[in-house]
Amino acid sequence: MLWEVDVHPTDVAADHAARALVAGAAELGIAGCAQARTVAGWLIEGNLSHADVERLATRLLADPVTESFTIAEVGDPVLVAGPADLPLAVHVLPRAGVTDPAGQSAHEALALLGVQPVAVRSVRKYWLPALPRADAERLAWKLLASEAIHDVVIGPLALTTLAGGRPWTFAQETVRLEGLDDPALAALSRDRCLALSPRELAAVRDHYRTLGREPREIELETIAQTWSEHCCHKTLGSPVDHDGPAGTVRFDNLLKETVFAATRQIRERLGPRDWCVSVFRDNSGVVRFDGDHDICVKVETHNHPSAIEPYGGAATGLGGVIRDVLGTGLGAKPIANLDVFCVGAPDTPDADLPPGVIHPRRLLAGVVAGVRDYGNRMGIPTIAGAVAFDPGYLCNPLVFCGTVGIMPRNSADAAVQPGDLVVVAGGRTGRDGIHGATFSSIELSSASETQSGGSVQIGHAIHEKTLSDFILEASRQNLFHAITDCGAGGLSSAVGEMGATLGATVDLDTVPLKYEGLSATEVWISEAQERMVLAVDPADWEKLARAAADEGVEATAIGTFTGSGTLLLRWQGRTAGELDCHFLHEGRPKQRLQSRFVPPAVEPIRWKTATGDLGATLLDLLALPDVASKEWIIRQYDHEVQGCSVVKPLVGPGAGPADGTVIRGVLGRGRGIVLGVGLRHRLGARDPYQMAAGAIVEAIANVVAAGADPDRIALLDNFCWGDTRRPESLGTLVEACRACHDMALEFLAPFVSGKDSLNNVFSWTDAAGKHHELSIPPTLLATALGQLDDVKRALTPDLKRAGDRLAIVGLSRDELAGSQLELAGYVAGGPVPRVDAAACRAVFRAIAAAGRDGLLASCHDCSDGGLLAAVAEMAVAGGLGATLDLDAVPADMAIAPAARPLALAFTETPGRFVCAVPAPAADRFSAAMEGVPWAWIGEVHAAPVLTVGAAGATTTLPLDRLARAWRAERSAG
Amino acid sequence: MLSPRALVLRAPGTNCDHETAHAFERAGAIARRVHVRALAEKPALLDDVQVLCIPGGFSYGDDIASGRIFALELALRLGDAMRRFRDRGGLVLGICNGFQVLLQTGLLLADTEGRPRAALAHNRSGRFIDRWVRLEVRGQKCPFLQGLDAPFDLPIAHGEGRFVARSRSDLDAFDAAGQLVLRYAADPAGCSTNPNGAEADVAGACDETGRVFGLMPHPERFIDATQHPAWSGRIDGAAAGAGLAVFANAVKTVS
Repeated sequence: MLWEVDVHPTDVAADHAARALVAGAAELGIAGCAQARTVAGWLIEGNLSHADVERLATRLLADPVTESFTIAEVGDPVLVAGPADLPLAVHVLPRAGVTDPAGQSAHEALALLGVQPVAVRSVRKYWLPALPRADAERLAWKLLASEAIHDVVIGPLALTTLAGGRPWTFAQETVRLEGLDDPALAALSRDRCLALSPRELAAVRDHYRTLGREPREIELETIAQTWSEHCCHKTLGSPVDHDGPAGTVRFDNLLKETVFAATRQIRERLGPRDWCVSVFRDNSGVVRFDGDHDICVKVETHNHPSAIEPYGGAATGLGGVIRDVLGTGLGAKPIANLDVFCVGAPDTPDADLPPGVIHPRRLLAGVVAGVRDYGNRMGIPTIAGAVAFDPGYLCNPLVFCGTVGIMPRNSADAAVQPGDLVVVAGGRTGRDGIHGATFSSIELSSASETQSGGSVQIGHAIHEKTLSDFILEASRQNLFHAITDCGAGGLSSAVGEMGATLGATVDLDTVPLKYEGLSATEVWISEAQERMVLAVDPADWEKLARAAADEGVEATAIGTFTGSGTLLLRWQGRTAGELDCHFLHEGRPKQRLQSRFVPPAVEPIRWKTATGDLGATLLDLLALPDVASKEWIIRQYDHEVQGCSVVKPLVGPGAGPADGTVIRGVLGRGRGIVLGVGLRHRLGARDPYQMAAGAIVEAIANVVAAGADPDRIALLDNFCWGDTRRPESLGTLVEACRACHDMALEFLAPFVSGKDSLNNVFSWTDAAGKHHELSIPPTLLATALGQLDDVKRALTPDLKRAGDRLAIVGLSRDELAGSQLELAGYVAGGPVPRVDAAACRAVFRAIAAAGRDGLLASCHDCSDGGLLAAVAEMAVAGGLGATLDLDAVPADMAIAPAARPLALAFTETPGRFVCAVPAPAADRFSAAMEGVPWAWIGEVHAAPVLTVGAAGATTTLPLDRLARAWRAERSAG
Repeated sequence: MLSPRALVLRAPGTNCDHETAHAFERAGAIARRVHVRALAEKPALLDDVQVLCIPGGFSYGDDIASGRIFALELALRLGDAMRRFRDRGGLVLGICNGFQVLLQTGLLLADTEGRPRAALAHNRSGRFIDRWVRLEVRGQKCPFLQGLDAPFDLPIAHGEGRFVARSRSDLDAFDAAGQLVLRYAADPAGCSTNPNGAEADVAGACDETGRVFGLMPHPERFIDATQHPAWSGRIDGAAAGAGLAVFANAVKTVS
């Protein structure tokens, strides 16, 4: 029997989802939808009586104070008899096979009441006025459902059962590669979604020729996953001939000779003072923290899945990077998350959206909700992040998720031993996310939404939370030799990597499934979430199984790491596939790539306005999406759970923006971890070297502004690029890699981990039959992980006390290309801001010294919007006013005098800080700034007014106007 | 004399158990984190503790509603043990998800048949919110709040925290009995800090004895001055936060 329980809020005013629906319908121009109601529905299948179901509803599904319910068998007309004036029922339910966390939780909870239904599924039901069917469908697909994961049913549900799937019957498919020419190999790769080049497929063919057979499907899939761009830095690890401004450079391995090389040199230079522990080899980078802990950090992208299903894509992106930290060494405890989103312009007209592309506002609301629901449930504070808006991200939004972890010293090294059991723990395996690794390596097109739906996963955070609790306990008891997460490529990557040298035998029929019907290949490559693989000594297996059961986690031994050097896959004892580990991991043919970079000519600077109205310009800039307050996002994230929060993303009585955020590493101890990010994507197309250098300096400046020690900053790189198969595009990537190398050495800040996401290009054909392509701007996200000895010394930007003196540290230059001033239309062209690394280094050291000596009341890095935006943020955060004299700002500018005040106020020269200094400390501050360009530029006042003097004129702005402009929320959601 | 013992009860999805146990220890208790499975197997674990705390988190994912499954599990498996614990003078503290759980178990603000007379519904904004609020204590009924006479700040972080009584008369009865002990207050600028639309600005409530207390704000997140969003340059970083008093009061009461 299939029952439906509909749960209604008794207080209609509390129906937020209905309010959002009505507002959304109006935005879509759908008339006649002035009211709506929502219902939380449950479909319950099983041999249950009406009384049974009523008990479930009363005890479990409905709140006795705030909700009422209706029970009937599916098909009963009472279920589609809506409230007065709302006759139309729209049902939105997860597609069969898509993870349904609420349904699963309800199913598990029903056991408490002694009821064992066959299946439970959640359904959302909406009561609408009598709309035309086409309007109802449009409304459902635009506002309520995602094509990748939902079914929409308008009118009565016609289901009779929720069950699905029959056991798979063993079958072996071989794939013929012999006799195929390059076009045929390319077609085969495309049809099977393998993302392998003809050259790579030819290498596979040649390998199997020596074995005297064709590859089996499961073997070919394993190779495709292992060789995917996602899993092995295919492009960045390639030999490259680069033709750039510095002449021709030959790299045998681009990444190793730039980013890795810088880290190696820094470690050599530090010698016994080297504080890196494990870099570029595990799931995250590990560095020293205190006497008994190391900390680790990783930032991942989840761009393509988020483009198609923002909520699920972002949530599982975060889930994946959390597992990277859990799967580092012998397991690290996740203690902080960060998220960075790059999306299209928020005011993009709907008519300008290419087919299949989600509007940036809806996309942003979706990814924020995904991070919120997953991160908050995991109990990991989301403490840092950024949002960048640019038309280039319209079709290929970027979603970066990062996690910091902490682990006991001496647990960063893990090694699988021959004879260890292959144990899979956590969620069950379903058809979710098949081909995620290869999908993320293929460019998106307008057809992706329908073609690749299977590659979108939905997370179930609570399974990951219990998995995390289990792993940390098993780690504490030392019950496993090694661990890794099941991410892209699923078991094939996880077991493949762990057994890369030893080899393994895996009995795929023993992997626990969500539902029947998966083939051996599907089990092997499924990217079902919330799973990890452990290597467990058989002697520890019982204890490990007990620890899993104590936390309610399923752990299953599915095979053995053998030492044979072969990956043997079996199904009920029969061979399903057999791969040589050496070929799998070393057999990929490398191709020498050509890259070219010719710096675009610098256009002369053009001022579009002759006025120097600083006040109006400041208000304009504060309201630009990049600069404006992100409070609507930050407040949706729990940024304080775990109790270690010291500098939050919003600080001071006026809740202004922090630079770096600070947490204690360990509850009750004084040593702190500082997190900051940098992004200069607007420079990407003009000067990729300065784009990358600027991002790195911004990330470092953010953590230094919060009090981090400049001698203990670890960096992460996340390269997101367009089509790097073109030499010109690859050339910009090489320039960015060179910048990473140079900056790391300049600041003695080693890169410890990184990730790349290439081929962020979108193609479509418009109604007129014309082909279009849109590529993202070359984007490096730099993340800085800093440390400080004593969190009581942490710095924040909010102004603290009237009478404090204001200083700017660092030289300002009139390089305005890519600035917010340019974006707002005041100026165009001119040179991009260049990083003067030696000068920045001196400034960072001076700021750190002043902070250590307690000379700084407040400190803020000058970033988007320059000096004046920085001071406005400090004033708003502190609820105090200030006077400023721009003429005192140390500057190297050749600009026309009329434009000089605007340039001084809003230039974004990297490596500058505004400091508030208590008057009695002024002399000591001056002494601490010896050798760096700096000047007193003003004073803090109690009156809530910002007064700016420049070139003999004075501009006055009340604080509440600044705050209103800055808080001009352009949010969706 | 022996330190008082606190049992911090966790379920799958509980995520504030470590810092809550830490707060009890800072206040002088010996705190132990115990999984609900372990307690259900051995309810006698409650015999040698004086404080039972259900901390914050998303128990069982809060997928049906906040705290629903955990509350049902407690009511079915540990209802008697918890009532005995309360009746012999034990203190029960529910924070955030723990408050949601206590209301639904029938241990707090329930009628004689154990049916809830109040609930914590979705925030008025329809969204999860993390922010700081100003609070004030009403009356002297609740031992956890002794001495917190001046308004103080704590953070909230929840999607379902809007206090709703079953009826107006229930609300009036709780108020008359002095059970609505913790309220959202106005900030220094005079703006209400009620973050969720709670009736009568209720942030926390206790039972008739005062010994069972639930609140939406997180006292364990303000035991050090450095946890306040505006501490830097304004409060000595080494000072204690206002939330520590809740745990210290518990320790004092049972010592």
